[in-house]
This record gives sequence, C-alpha cells and structure tokens, in this order.
Amino acid sequence: MSKLIVGPFNRVEGDLKVNLTIKNDTVQRAEVVSPLYRGFEQTLQGRDPSDALIYVPRICGICSISQSIAAARALAAVQNLTVPHNGLYSQNIILAAENAADHLTHFYMFFMPDFAREIYQDEPWHDKIHTRFRALRGTAGKEFLKARAEFFHLVGLMGGKWPHTLSLQPGGVTRALEKQELFKLKAIVAAMRHFLEQTLFACSLEEFNSLKNETELENLAERNGDFQSFYRISKPLNLHKLGRAYDRFMSYGVENGNKAQFFKAGLFQNETIEQLNTALITEDVSHSWMRHATKPLHPFDGQTLPASEDNGGYSWCKAPRMDGQPVEVGALARHLINRHPLIEDLIAQYGGTVHTRVIARLLEVSLLLPQMEDWIEQIIPTETFCHHPEGGYEDGEGFGLVEAARGSLGHWLKVKNGQIANYQIIAPTTWNFSPRDQNEIMGPLEKALLSTPVREGETEPVAVQHIVRSFDPCMVCTVH
Amino acid sequence: MSEMKNMLWLQSGGCGGCSLSLMCAESPNLYSALELANIRLVSHPSLNQASGRETVKILEDALSGELRIDIFCIEGSIMFGPHGSGRFHMASGFDNKPMKDLISELAHVSDYVMAVGSCAAFGGITAGGLNEAEARGMVFDGDIRGGLLGKNFLSRAGLPVINLSGCPIHPDWVMETLYQIAADSLSHSDLDSFYRPRFLSNRLVHHGCSRNEFYEFKASAQNLCEQGCLMENIGCKGTQAAGDCNIRPWNGSGSCITGGYPCIACTEPGFEEPGHAFLQTPKIAGIPVGLPTDMPKAWFVALASLAKAATPKRLSVNAVSEQITYAPKSKGKEE
Repeated sequence: MSKLIVGPFNRVEGDLKVNLTIKNDTVQRAEVVSPLYRGFEQTLQGRDPSDALIYVPRICGICSISQSIAAARALAAVQNLTVPHNGLYSQNIILAAENAADHLTHFYMFFMPDFAREIYQDEPWHDKIHTRFRALRGTAGKEFLKARAEFFHLVGLMGGKWPHTLSLQPGGVTRALEKQELFKLKAIVAAMRHFLEQTLFACSLEEFNSLKNETELENLAERNGDFQSFYRISKPLNLHKLGRAYDRFMSYGVENGNKAQFFKAGLFQNETIEQLNTALITEDVSHSWMRHATKPLHPFDGQTLPASEDNGGYSWCKAPRMDGQPVEVGALARHLINRHPLIEDLIAQYGGTVHTRVIARLLEVSLLLPQMEDWIEQIIPTETFCHHPEGGYEDGEGFGLVEAARGSLGHWLKVKNGQIANYQIIAPTTWNFSPRDQNEIMGPLEKALLSTPVREGETEPVAVQHIVRSFDPCMVCTVH
Repeated sequence: MSEMKNMLWLQSGGCGGCSLSLMCAESPNLYSALELANIRLVSHPSLNQASGRETVKILEDALSGELRIDIFCIEGSIMFGPHGSGRFHMASGFDNKPMKDLISELAHVSDYVMAVGSCAAFGGITAGGLNEAEARGMVFDGDIRGGLLGKNFLSRAGLPVINLSGCPIHPDWVMETLYQIAADSLSHSDLDSFYRPRFLSNRLVHHGCSRNEFYEFKASAQNLCEQGCLMENIGCKGTQAAGDCNIRPWNGSGSCITGGYPCIACTEPGFEEPGHAFLQTPKIAGIPVGLPTDMPKAWFVALASLAKAATPKRLSVNAVSEQITYAPKSKGKEE
C-alpha cells in the first residue's frame, strides 16, 4: 500500500490535485482535491441583480458564455421576461461557438499531448503523435490556434469580445445583426467547417455526425485526420476500458421549452432515460472545507461558508447529488440522452470511459457547426434582438440551466428588496469532480479512478492523466 | 537578436481567462509569436507538456537558480484568505505552501515580473464585495500600494511589476510588451504611475468609439441593444477608462461597446466595485458624476445642452433604435 499525490495537473483549466492510495499496482482509493476557493456566491449577495452578468462570466475564462447564459436565464425567470426569436438564436450561436471551441481546445491542447509522453516512446505510433501533438511545439498546435482565433471572430462580431462577453442579457442580446453580417457569420463558420473536415475528421461533418455505430466509425479509421490518430491508438491502449464511473448521466437540455431546443433534458440510469426533476438536486458539504450544514441543501437554500480552520475536509468543492446520487455530466451524457445511435452503441459496449467521452465530444463538434449554420439562417434582422423589463427587480426566485461544454451548469437566484438575497451555482465539474458525501459515496472521477493500473515507478501515472483529462475538467468553475 | 528568454507562467486566484484570451493572438498565432520573439515558455498551467512532479521540478529549479527565469507572468489575484493564511489557494505539489509564498519567491528570482490581467495587477473581480478571499494584486491592492510584494518592489532587471490590467487582457497587450522585453527595450519610462504600459493608458476606451457621433450630440440610448451613446443612461465609463479597445479590435472586429455593452473600465484599479449598479450612470441634478477625467463640469453642461439642442433627427431616432433607421444624407444626389 502506498500513497501518491498527483498534481498540479497541467493542461486542465485551473488547479487540481488527486490523492491516490495504490496497492498491487492499481488505484485503491482516490480523493479529488480542488485547492482554490474564491467565493463568487458570497460576493454576489446584496448586489443589484443585473450585476451578476458582470461577475459570473469572470468565474471562468473558458466557459464564460455558459455562465452568462445561466445567469441571464435565472434573471429572466425572476422577471418573467421572455426572449425574442433573434435573441434566443443569437445566444444559441454564441454558446455553440464557445462549446465547440472548448471541445477542440481540449482535444488539441489538453488531451492529445499526453500521448507524446516519453512513456510511450516505444510504441509504433509515437513519432508521428509526438511530431503532431506535443505541447507548444507540435505541428497541430499552430494550425489549431489559428483556426480557433479566427472562429472566435464570430463572438467578436456578435458579442464584442471573448471571453467575458457582456452582450448576453435576460431579454436576449445587446447586439442587433444586420443582413450582411449574417453572411459574414456564415463565412466564419464555413472556415471552421473547412478546418474540421480537412484536418480533424478527414470526412464531411455530416458523414461523421450520422455514424450509427462503432463499426461504421471503424470504417473511417484509416483516413488521415487528427481524430483518426486518436482513434487508432485508443483501443490498443485500452482507453475503452479505462475510467468508468457510475454510468449514471444527466443533461439539463434546455428546460424552458423554447423552440430552439437542441439538447434534450433527462437522467440516464439503470440503462433507461428518465425525466429530470431538478427539485431533487442537493449539495452536501460533509467532505468540503465548508462549515458543515446539518443536511444537504437544495441550491435555492444553499450556503457557501468556508470553514475558517481546516475541518477535516479535503476539497473546496461541494458534493452535488441528484436524488442522493452522483451523476456524470458532459457531451457523452448529452448525446446519450439525445439518443444519438453512435453514442448508444458505444455506451452499450463500454459504458462511460476515456474512449467514449472523447468520441462524444468530437461528435458534438460535428453536430454543432451545422446547427449554427441553421440558427444563423433563422435570424431576421428586421425584428428585435432584446426584450427589456418594465421597472426593476421585484422579490422572487428563479433558476437558469444550461449545457456548457463540460456539462450541466445551473444558477439558482433569490431576489429580495431589489437585491440578490442568495446566489448558488453548481458547475459541470462540481458534479464530475465532487468529493465524497455524507454516505461516503464517491464523486464520479473518484469512482472512475478505482482499479486504474499504475506502471512501476510512475509518479504521474499516465492512465490517471488520461482519465482525469477525459472529463475535460474546469476547476475554476468547480469551486468558483 | 537578443538571447533566448525563459518565461514562466503561474495562475492563482483568477479564472484563466487571460490565458484563454492570449490564445486568441493573431498575426501571428501565439506559438509562432513566442517562437519568433525567442521566448521559451518553460511552464504554463494550460499549455505545457509537463505535469505534476515534472512541473514542481521546474519551479524548484527556478527557485534554486538552476533554471534562469527571465520573465515571470502571474495571472489571477493573490489569495491571502482566510485571515492572511493563504489557505484559499495552496500550491499543489508543494508541502503545505500557500500559493502567495511561492509567487513571492519566484518574483524575487525573476528578471521581469508581469501581472497579467486586473486580478494580478490590482485584485480585480476576485476582490469584489467584502473580499472574504482577501484577494490583492502583486503590488497594488485596488489603487493603493500594498499588494503581495510591498510598495517598492523592483525585479532583477530594475523594473517594478509590469501591470497589464484588463479583464481579460487583449492578446496584443501581452505580446507587444513581451516583444519589448525580449528585445531588452522596455524601460521604466514606458510605464505609467500604476506601472501599466503607456501604450495602454495613453488612450481612453472612448477614442475611436463607434458611437462617437452620438456622444457628440448627447444622443443617448435608453436601453441596451440601442445604438446611441451609452454614457448618459447606461453607465458607460469609456471616457474615463484606460485602453485602446476601440482602436485595436477584439476577436477580429469587436469591443464591449460594438457588442452593445457599456465599458465597465476593467483596466482600472477597483473597477469591480463602482459603488453603484454597473448599468447605472450616477448623476447629480441630471448631470453624470463621472465626466471625462479632464473636462471642467461647466463646459460639459454647456456643450451638452447645446449639442442636445442641435441633434439631428437621424441621430435622436437612431440612438434609441436597434438598427439604423435614418441613413446619412448624401449631398447633391437627391432629386
């Protein structure tokens, strides 16, 4: 039996450490530690509700749009404000751009460089992967950074800048688009489509996103795209068996019944999809460095009170639970609940693993781009882009849910006397990288790391690196 | 060409958004730009190959002098809480070491120290509200000297901490500063009293504002998403905030204001606590309190009332419209 502290994890967003107990060359116990606390929920108390849209994007530099949209929806719910057609589609396009860029940043900058490590130098594919994907110097990095920067021109045009875009509002967006700008937007999306089809997928987006099962995916394996470079080494490295958590998945979809719904809401457990009931969400702080509450609380009543002394917890992260159980969120969950045939087939074969998480993320990119093209077509420049509330905020409560790149993000808000009376946030990585709860039930990553093989002498077990990054964690969102 | 320079980048109490914005660098892209400037990124939390022990080794070698650090960039505010302990951010991979101590030690062995973003410069958004996080900047705590490194810190190159404020930074602000450092060209006279590069603070966000004509005539938007000037009614601070945001576009063509949102002065110390709701313009007797920094109030009142009286219908209508309702008339072409 030996202990291993793995961290700091580079190539994840923010700070992460994992405490491992190892026996017989496998992981016996894992504790996932979020070492940074900033206190956004406390800072928001007592503010003018509209100030939330200045603060919350700054929780996270990589998911700032998602944070803004969750806040905008919560604020709209408090005010009973509807979003006009153009506002809704504009928000969707901006969010889709961020999600697609995040998935690609994860693949090119965070995940693939691990295969360029020395530990793999005897593998037949190593030279090629090293040349293409090693951090900073690989040939893929420069190509991708250029494509990514040009793709974000879309947010520059529609929202002024990225990240910390301020144009997203409860009643829509602050930037009306003119007719010719719609064509410019389509050109920006087309340029990214070109990069994806030529460089990543080596096939058309439609060919990729209509794959029905893994056999069809295997038929693409010999093509020369960056996706194939991953796919060809994934199963030989047993990534399809690595990092399986509970196989209980959640997606918020878009609950407000709007016509631009892209993702369905649901909870997948025991191999069936159930209806989602967010009233059953609670947060537990029994293993957090938070002042201990008597029982887990729903986020409308949640509290974020850091303990002034070390109280025996092991993370600043709280433990969110759906009906008392941990759930995994992210692109894999979304497309399982959307019932994409390829994902259903992969889950049936392997469950949620490194292999399936990475494929689901890239599948989502191949679905997002055509969806963005369609949404751009739907905008009608002669109509309004933003509704405005009449008067200020009255007492009330509301919540806003959104599917961020990394999964389900929720903001719960109470307003009293025109000010924020409570603001609670549960981010995707809070779900995935949760610590244990009062019943000692592990968070999804803690579960996924059990039985992970550790090679002799490894101080940074490469399998652990793959599993952790397969969730694409965002630690700054996790604790906020 | 100057000798290759080693750059070390750490993040503390921030959101990582300055790094993500920097990755939007163009002409050339970030990796090419660093390569061409002869800067080697020895460690960066999001970008480097190394992880865990390998990263800790790089940091230890930097502290021991084994690895020369020419440029040390810190992103995010410095976390002192709770009660000055720094426990809100402990350095992963080190035994019981608050991040603030690691940052301070590294700053003392680096030739140049750069605070990237308003958090590292002044405390920034993390220092908002009651600031229970006890977040501060490297040298400043808001606009007061008293950050992590004390009042008079000079790095080994003899310069104070270079404060690249902004939330987030524009990628060019970082690259143009780095290019100067790489060429051994940056000097104290290139920095203002808050140690920001003068190329940033010699200009106001107002300069080059696409709503300039509306400002001139005090033709103001009443709501977000309207085209008029955002200063009179919706809290825009562009006439008071350092920055070239409307001269140097963001992400191709943007700025907060072209995106339809008022400037929140994110380059200024203390921007996170304006003392009123961000979307309000505080006024006394109907006159905005926050006038352009160097404009006498009486002049502003006189000019504004004249301008309002002279506002063409084109501007007064367009100011409260989402789209252009009236186009400028072309001279001599109408029947």
